Amino acid sequence: MKQLIRLRVNGETHELWTPIHKTLLEVLREDLHLTGTKHGCELGECGACAVLMAGKPVLSCLILPVEHQDEEILTVEGMATSGQPHPLQTAFAELGAAQCGYCTPGVLVTAMALLSENPNPSRQDIRGALAGNLCRCTGYSKIIEAVELAAVRMND
Amino acid sequence: MPEDHELKIIGKPLSKVDAMGKVTGETKFADDISLPRMLYCKILRSPYPHAKINSVDTAPALKQPGVVAAITGLDLPIKYGILPVSQDEEALCVDKVRFAGDPVAAVAALDEESAEAALEEIIADYDPLPAMMSIEEALDQEEVQIHQYAEKGNIHKLVSLEFGDVSQGFYEADHVREDIYYYEGNTHLPIEQHSAVAQYGADGRLTLWSSTQTPHYVHRTLSKVLEMPASRIRVVATPVGGGFGGKSDPLSHEIVVCKLAMLTGRPVKITLTREEVFYTHRGRHPVLMWIKTGMRNDGSITAMHFRSYLDGGAYGSYGVATTYYTGALQTVTYPIPHYKFEGVRVFTNKPPCGPKRGHGTPQPRFAVETQLDKFAEDLGIDPVDLRLKHLVSPGSLTANHLKITTIGLRECIEKVVRASEFHERRGNMPAGKGLGLACGSYLSGAGLPIYWNKMPHSGVQIKIDRGGGVTAFCGSIDIGQGSDSVLAYIIAEELGVNVEDVIVVTADTDLTPVDLGSYSSRVTLMTGNAAIAAARPLREKILSAAAEALELPAEALTIESGRVFCIDDVRRSLTFVEAVQLAEARYGTLGSVGSYTPPKRGGRYKGSGVGLSPNYSYTACVAEVTCDPQSGEYSVDKLWLAHDVGKAINPLLVIGQVEGSAYMGLGEGMMEEQIFRRGLHKIPSMLDYKSPTALDTPEIETILVETIDPEGPYGAKEAGQGPLLPVMPAIANAIYNAVGVRIDEVPITPEKVYKALREKDRGGSSRIGPNRIPPVEFPDPIRVETPKESLPA
Repeated sequence: MKQLIRLRVNGETHELWTPIHKTLLEVLREDLHLTGTKHGCELGECGACAVLMAGKPVLSCLILPVEHQDEEILTVEGMATSGQPHPLQTAFAELGAAQCGYCTPGVLVTAMALLSENPNPSRQDIRGALAGNLCRCTGYSKIIEAVELAAVRMND
Repeated sequence: MPEDHELKIIGKPLSKVDAMGKVTGETKFADDISLPRMLYCKILRSPYPHAKINSVDTAPALKQPGVVAAITGLDLPIKYGILPVSQDEEALCVDKVRFAGDPVAAVAALDEESAEAALEEIIADYDPLPAMMSIEEALDQEEVQIHQYAEKGNIHKLVSLEFGDVSQGFYEADHVREDIYYYEGNTHLPIEQHSAVAQYGADGRLTLWSSTQTPHYVHRTLSKVLEMPASRIRVVATPVGGGFGGKSDPLSHEIVVCKLAMLTGRPVKITLTREEVFYTHRGRHPVLMWIKTGMRNDGSITAMHFRSYLDGGAYGSYGVATTYYTGALQTVTYPIPHYKFEGVRVFTNKPPCGPKRGHGTPQPRFAVETQLDKFAEDLGIDPVDLRLKHLVSPGSLTANHLKITTIGLRECIEKVVRASEFHERRGNMPAGKGLGLACGSYLSGAGLPIYWNKMPHSGVQIKIDRGGGVTAFCGSIDIGQGSDSVLAYIIAEELGVNVEDVIVVTADTDLTPVDLGSYSSRVTLMTGNAAIAAARPLREKILSAAAEALELPAEALTIESGRVFCIDDVRRSLTFVEAVQLAEARYGTLGSVGSYTPPKRGGRYKGSGVGLSPNYSYTACVAEVTCDPQSGEYSVDKLWLAHDVGKAINPLLVIGQVEGSAYMGLGEGMMEEQIFRRGLHKIPSMLDYKSPTALDTPEIETILVETIDPEGPYGAKEAGQGPLLPVMPAIANAIYNAVGVRIDEVPITPEKVYKALREKDRGGSSRIGPNRIPPVEFPDPIRVETPKESLPA
């Protein structure tokens, strides 16, 4: 069954005629062509599909957009402002925190939510916030260092 | 290039060339591709671990709404496999299924849901056969053959090699130990599920985009199975979202979407579900090992006899190579004057095993390094001294004829021991805490290609635009390790331009010269050498054209940061663009090619090709653990790794490879296991297949050791696999140090530690591990003389 759905994504409003059982992940990728958000498991296990909803990280593979029509959604494509990458994006690029880069968008938005709540997180805070984002490449070390670096720069 | 040339780019911690694409979500992975009129493919898989196929009827599926095409094994009957000796796979099974998850039929439909629904309508009729889920079961029921081409019963491969005379070596020993170990299988778990898109043009040309580590081998396989000239097939490897070896085989779904695209004339896409990724597998072989080692009182090894029993799963995959790899690298760390290796790979009804990071070497390394710790205790020698006193010499040949050019293992051991305060703290720690040391070594690229040929292993082509842009073409594929970046760094260094002015075009069989792929830790060394070979003649042309214009000898000039200038008078200069235009006017279009073939080495015996490599990396690891002596629960608190990388082309990326390997080793050591129940994969999901999170992964301290190896570009060796090897035995040795129990099995779960602790309380063995080996009759060994120069004085 299809329905007209209104979605607020990265500051833009979209009206979509789409099956109501489609997940937010599918709508973002297939209807809005925002392919930065990734499929990893479709069961809420890996965190690759994380996006922010009202500033909080959610797993878009477990969310039905029809239930969240007025919420502000942010994906990795919405992190930059006026063409300038977010300090987290720059720090991840500089420190090699993205290897294959597949988990990166989900990690980045999750870290962004952490820093907006806690601008001076400890290592353990960062580990805890990112515990739902699996990364198989980095051993998490460079990711944690990059979040720390971004936090320092954002506080300057 | 002069010897003392100061490197401007090599050795610097630069960002990767694709970093911004990856952090902005711009990078297009295979699943991000969407083409007009694209159909979606789904694959029907066997519910039985072993069964005869009577019939597969797709007619009812074809009647479903939205379904455009359906195929079965009869549409793709030609067998294939990554190794020429194991052509045992079918894109869709024809007569038999060999594991639960084996592909049987496929449909293409207008959308994924219709395709999924149509699978339900396919009528597949099977006669179940006995399922053999372990080495013992497969050996016991040899009359029920999984593959008829097996050597005997379900034995896929038997290997028996003896270098020197082990009985003489054991006779010379003061002390002999026999130990048995088991290493459970585990899987790669890349976060990216395999994905592929095929398009068949009206011009009769086929294109496949796929997340593969080996586009060249996929290209060859498609040509074979689809019976099409390779010249009309294009394979493009999209950026791989994690490989670790799991995307190194030509895989069923890649062939299936090509066939469906050809049948329908429309693009066809498939993205495997996470559950299907577990079935596709090709991961770590479960290996049972028996090791007998002879040692003198001073700790020097006199002989080693190693037996490995590999549970291969349902198909050959890389398994013959894996079998040899379980015996190949024991000799490259500590001298073993007499060495015997017997290996057997057995087919079972499980997803096929193949290469995972370390390919066949983490298992024996676990056995060797934990046994060395036991020897150290038996002989009252410090485990650090035991290793340091007996290291392979640079410039030597091992008993199995592997050439060791440089070895930085001594420095690696000394550095991790110092950094972890191993001697100061070990034995003086609070109850339940312990430290363990282990070492390892890995190859920088397989010395031989997968199919026999005399052509280069890697090729690089360069063209320079009149605007100064340098484009490098190479078949190598970036799987996150940074191979695109390494290619750009090397060409920028050699031509004296900025990294940003180098455009890399990689992994596209229509556009790029062959590179064999991202496996066996080969790319930095082989592509790097090919890139240098391609760049240097171009540099000479640019310098000679500039020399003429500046009225100076070419030797007086150099190129740096996009300027050609006189070394003694920097004012006499040209821009790179000016020099390039002069060179083009003088020599014509500026382009060049370079290629790399590894040096011819190795002994003259069957199997001598496995383990051969231009050079070997070395790693030492110390693990610190805290273990609860009541519950057996433990944490790894810190890992120290020192890695001999020859020369770090980019230390930031090398450290990233070391940390990633250490993490993956931690996962294997502590928790990851691929297990089965009643013929089915017990945990084909990321929730149940436990892997370390950011909370489980400790601080990893990495120390890079450089040995400037003559074979590598600028002296480089591999970094992506070797650092994994010592992690599991370092953890096992640390647990023994902490609570006095030996877990001779991987993964070392808290349950096993608990059981061993209770055994110990009862005065039992305080060891958990296998106690017997299967009754396999190995053939008489191929006897190989050891090279005399490798024998200790």
